[in-house]
Amino acid sequence: MKKKLGLAVALTALAALVLPGAASAESLSETVAAKASELDMVWVAVATVLVFLMQAGFMFLEIGFSRQKNVGTGVAKVLVNLAICTVAWWAVGYGIAEGGGNDFFGTSGFFFHFDQVVGQGEEAFNVAGPDAMLMLFGLAFCAVSLAIVWGTTLERIRFGAYVIYAIVFGAVIYPLIAHAVWGGGLLSDIGGKPVMDFAGSSVVHLTGAVGALAALLLLGARRGKYDADGKPRVIPGHSMPLVGLGVIILWIGWFGFNGGSTFETSGSFFGEVMLNTQLAAAAGVIGASLAIWLKSRTLDVGMAGNGAIAGLVGITAPSGFVEFWAAPIIGFVAGLIVVFAVLAIDKYLDDPVGALSAHGLAGIWGTLAVGIFGSERLISEGAAPGVWYAIFGDASLGSSLGQLGVQGLAVAFTFIVVFAISIATFAMIKATIGLRVSPEEEDAGIDISEHGMYGYPEVFIPQPEYSTGLKTGGGPAPVGSPAPAMSPMTSTES
Amino acid sequence: MKKIEAFIRHEAFEPIRAELLDKGFPSLSIIEAKGSGRQKGIVERYRGSTLTVNVGPQLKLEVVVEDKDKPVVVETILKHARTGEVGDGKIFVLPVEEAIRIRTGEGGEPVLQLHEESEIPS
Repeated sequence: MKKKLGLAVALTALAALVLPGAASAESLSETVAAKASELDMVWVAVATVLVFLMQAGFMFLEIGFSRQKNVGTGVAKVLVNLAICTVAWWAVGYGIAEGGGNDFFGTSGFFFHFDQVVGQGEEAFNVAGPDAMLMLFGLAFCAVSLAIVWGTTLERIRFGAYVIYAIVFGAVIYPLIAHAVWGGGLLSDIGGKPVMDFAGSSVVHLTGAVGALAALLLLGARRGKYDADGKPRVIPGHSMPLVGLGVIILWIGWFGFNGGSTFETSGSFFGEVMLNTQLAAAAGVIGASLAIWLKSRTLDVGMAGNGAIAGLVGITAPSGFVEFWAAPIIGFVAGLIVVFAVLAIDKYLDDPVGALSAHGLAGIWGTLAVGIFGSERLISEGAAPGVWYAIFGDASLGSSLGQLGVQGLAVAFTFIVVFAISIATFAMIKATIGLRVSPEEEDAGIDISEHGMYGYPEVFIPQPEYSTGLKTGGGPAPVGSPAPAMSPMTSTES
Repeated sequence: MKKIEAFIRHEAFEPIRAELLDKGFPSLSIIEAKGSGRQKGIVERYRGSTLTVNVGPQLKLEVVVEDKDKPVVVETILKHARTGEVGDGKIFVLPVEEAIRIRTGEGGEPVLQLHEESEIPS
């Protein structure tokens, strides 16, 4: 460590010799400040990439929880959704979310471009490079929120529904909520208290889950999910390894999600957010695993994964506002919530990945947890510390309860706004192009019915059916046709 | 004794199994099969090119019963496997010469299906 410091001093001295003008103390401190801000931007860039990586997490998690006939569609869905969401956010969404404006929506920053004026009055700025980075970071969050929506709809939704809803979601739904909490809108000041949602337990996760609920209510259960008496039956996903891969990718991506929301690497905040994230995820796994083991005496693999996600969702809002000791409690409770919620919801609603529980209920819990565990040292300006500090410390109970109420208001606002617009959008989709595939298509699988191909062809197409190059085999073999040597038809040749 | 072989759609199996069990025929086998019939093949598209798949997934259901039970089993299969569309499948009934239970070595019709409640292992 000392050696490195010595090297830095030597380099600075060298720079002072080489660069004329850098020698003066004033310009040196300016340079350091500029470099620090550039470093912050590099961290935001890394965090943005980590959050985009979460798309792969959702992809594998959902594919793993699907049957083999519905896997290719998961790939297509994530790619198309990310693409549409990107354009919608660039054209409209960013402006509504971040473009100043009134309590309800922003009014500038549409079709984001260089030197454009965003915001009004004193807060107005001209778009430059770093603003583009922050805009991209916002997009990554929007895309995560959208990805959450589809967890409830697997194995039966028509692909067109993704396209239309992605436009509405990326341009309107998510930006409205983001504006209300983070863009200086309605929820950023309620009677002097701001809603504290550090990285989006409600803004991102609850928003996605409420969209998922609206879709599910109009879509209905998968065929065969409930028997004649209405009792739920298990439809096992085809790959727990893929689920595990998805969970771990999401977990890693979450360090960008929560950690990136600091927008800087200086100060103690940054480290606190990162460690809180890890502690809550770990406690989520422990909570969910323990709950399912006590209930069924087996350690369910999928539930352990759900527990990790629930812990992460739970800590998303509090990560920047609570002390280290609170993070495992928040994660553990989220892990318990997800197990009991998945089992309870499964009786009535067919949610193949548990999105309503892991993102919805854990998101609500996380948002409220800020009002319980928020630490004086870390909370936003104007906010009150959590109820915990009123009971066991000397914070004012009335003020703390007020903050908890404000957190609850954020949950209610998010639910009402997202549900209203989502159910209207899905109802419109249902009335026009249709929301759900036909029963025959559902039996055949979404891969072949919507995309004309199988995600795992060998499972559905017997080897002898592949083109072999013989005339009887349907024409010359295309380059790279699979394993002709395996075909019995080839063995009879010449 | 008769062996009833039925080629059916996957989704028809569960209701058939449930009703056969209800009527006292718990012993049956299924084999995942690929077959072709009068229905057309499906076209798979792969990166812009097409591949016609002429055989489709089916289940082959096999049940061996006493002669007198044949109509009940056939009716149950017809009831649940028929959608009216091409591709519902076919049923074949074959004579069976002998049936032997491996565990005990006993033979004949008593080994075929469930005849007494007490035989159900709990």
